[in-house]
Amino acid sequence: MLQILKTRLHQGHRTTGFPVQLPVLPERYRGRPQLDAAKCPDGCGVCIEACPTQAISTDGGLKLDLGKCLFCTACVDACPEGAIRYTQDYRLATSRRTDLVIGNGELRLAQRMSDELHRILGRALRLREVCAGSCNACDLDTNVLNTVGWDLSRFGIQFVASPRHADGVLVTGAVSRNMHAALLGTYEAVPKPRIVIAVGACAISGGPFRDSPDVLNGVEGILPVDLYVPGCPPHPLTILDGLLRLIGRIHEHAT
Amino acid sequence: MNGGGWLTIRQGQAADLSKIPALAADGFADHVLAGRARGGRLANLFGRRVSADTIRLYAFLAFDSASRFEVCTTDVRRGPEAQAAPAYPSISAQWPAAQAFEREIAEQFGVHPLGHPWLKPLRYHATDDGSPAPWGPFDPNRAIPGDYPFYRVEGEEVHEVAVGPVHAGIIEPGHFRFQCHGEEVLHLEIVLGYQHRGAERLLLHPNATRSAIVAETIAGDASIGHALAYCTALEALAGSRVSLRAAAIRGVALELERLANHVGDLGALCTDVAFLPASAYLGRLRGEYLNLTLEICGNRFGRNLLRPGGVCFDIPLASAERMRQRLEGLRSETLEVLDLMFAQSSVLARFEGVGALSEQQADEIGLVGPAARACGCRRDVRCDHPHGVFQFSHIPIAVETTGDVYARAVVRWLEVQRSLEFLLELLGNKPGGTIFEPLGELKPNVMAFGVAETWRGEAMHVAFTDAAGKLACMKAKDPSMHNWFGLARALRGMAISDFPVCNKSFNLSYAGHDV
Repeated sequence: MLQILKTRLHQGHRTTGFPVQLPVLPERYRGRPQLDAAKCPDGCGVCIEACPTQAISTDGGLKLDLGKCLFCTACVDACPEGAIRYTQDYRLATSRRTDLVIGNGELRLAQRMSDELHRILGRALRLREVCAGSCNACDLDTNVLNTVGWDLSRFGIQFVASPRHADGVLVTGAVSRNMHAALLGTYEAVPKPRIVIAVGACAISGGPFRDSPDVLNGVEGILPVDLYVPGCPPHPLTILDGLLRLIGRIHEHAT
Repeated sequence: MNGGGWLTIRQGQAADLSKIPALAADGFADHVLAGRARGGRLANLFGRRVSADTIRLYAFLAFDSASRFEVCTTDVRRGPEAQAAPAYPSISAQWPAAQAFEREIAEQFGVHPLGHPWLKPLRYHATDDGSPAPWGPFDPNRAIPGDYPFYRVEGEEVHEVAVGPVHAGIIEPGHFRFQCHGEEVLHLEIVLGYQHRGAERLLLHPNATRSAIVAETIAGDASIGHALAYCTALEALAGSRVSLRAAAIRGVALELERLANHVGDLGALCTDVAFLPASAYLGRLRGEYLNLTLEICGNRFGRNLLRPGGVCFDIPLASAERMRQRLEGLRSETLEVLDLMFAQSSVLARFEGVGALSEQQADEIGLVGPAARACGCRRDVRCDHPHGVFQFSHIPIAVETTGDVYARAVVRWLEVQRSLEFLLELLGNKPGGTIFEPLGELKPNVMAFGVAETWRGEAMHVAFTDAAGKLACMKAKDPSMHNWFGLARALRGMAISDFPVCNKSFNLSYAGHDV
């Protein structure tokens, strides 16, 4: 007993002050990419060539699809002009799939759920997680929000065991053919009104497994998505930031 | 010396395909079993289509104490009538370690392992040419495992418990079917395949970054381990060797990955037996180790750090010193909690004697990693088949003997201590060299492999080139391919309420198994 108390004293209080206190991320952390098309010479497409998931296009100006981006360094390494760089901005979640395609402008971050939904779910959100063809990294960094470091339940958000107790599903993975039926079944078991959150490049677009015959390229077209959280995997902060925007606990915008 | 009919090979060496001994299909199983009699461990067994009607099987035996592997092949062909499926006598009939591998071969190519004691699908997908597998043609419209013929125990008070694929917590999908008499589990059957993404094919993707990322996402929590085995295999095909500095950074990343996962697992074990102080502290400490990896390469799971030819991020002297100081602090915080955990009789009472496997069972099943070492098997790739930095710095093998949840926890505890010591030493003493050299041309018509001791055990990537020196086939094995069967076996005779703690003590990868 004394040893437990002693350890308790040593370990201290460790919960992050987010969102009141903003976190300091290490220098090499790769957050929102920033594009500077003004630096692109005419007809250059080395970044398009280098990108492993065809997330970059020059259709109507340089564009990057955060829903496909694996946050690797292939484009940055390939570009001789320095037109693409990673910032340390961890805020990446959006409400619409189209908002994930960024150009020179700002990223339109996720909006609060509708007033009607917010009245019912906003102060106590219960989610059922469904892992549907992931590598497990998105699941682990979602699960980490339940540790004392993040203490997700202080925001009234909880992961529950049964879809019947849930207000929505949080999906990870490229939606393997073998999880399709279980994903639909779980979603159907959630009482209405219900929401869908897609976490990670796989759930949004198939990620590294896009166009494999064994996956369905994510939840797009399978379930109606309310929140997109890009990344491979997204940092826990990115997931938390997205969840808090969805329930209206964070309002400010990226610049 | 090998036994004849085998090619001796070490990781990181390329072997001419023509030098690999080819056996007659009829004698293949006996030949492999003779290798077992000489002390071989089945490290891998897989098939590869070499022509429209020929599947070539490769068997890899590890001779761990002699630091070598041996490999042989056999060709399995369609019978004279077009209907006759390709077949060979099963190895699993006499050596259970082969059971999942032979099911994989049957599922991928429609090859029949004759006499396999319990042939059933492994991952639920069609064969590569659409031919029927031994259990019939694949029907993609049937959801698994609804119509699956589970092994059933009959009897008046026998009942069945079905769990999954969607579980209670935030974990990967799999289906567990328990045959119980009261609380006692008479039999557990595990159905996997839900995470099957077709990753192996994508390892041949023409975009080299894409294929390297796929290697890292075979099992996301073992990104570094898989990337290490993958890079070693490709570097061997090109006949290149990374600098000592790159090898040291790889070693740092591999041990940080082990620390994060072992610490997380020990915390999760505490959660399952309701010792909440240690569960909370270890859950937080796991994140601290991931954050050190984030510091090195910008990603908590080590994505984008290892690439064939070296590493993409250096650890400059100043940050090495900073990391060393953080690790010193983490060491005392972590070991304090582990001391607390292992001093609780309430924790130990729930660990001891639960889910025990004997050394003999571990060998029959072919367990690897901490699960094997907990049974007294002295096997650890870092010591047995050293490559990279492990050729110069040695980590002692952590072994326990009781084979139960307690032993699997203690092995992790010991490995946490040893990895910490290893890291503190390595970070204080970092060698020179360039961190990355692009790979040259790959040698034509060769095979090479890399093995890495991931925190779960031995991951293995085998790579083949064609006559033009192009990558022709990649085979990725996660340690979970060996160990899932061990979990099913460990649960027999246990109470069903022991399942969570037993499962967590193995903590196997669904994604790595399903690829």
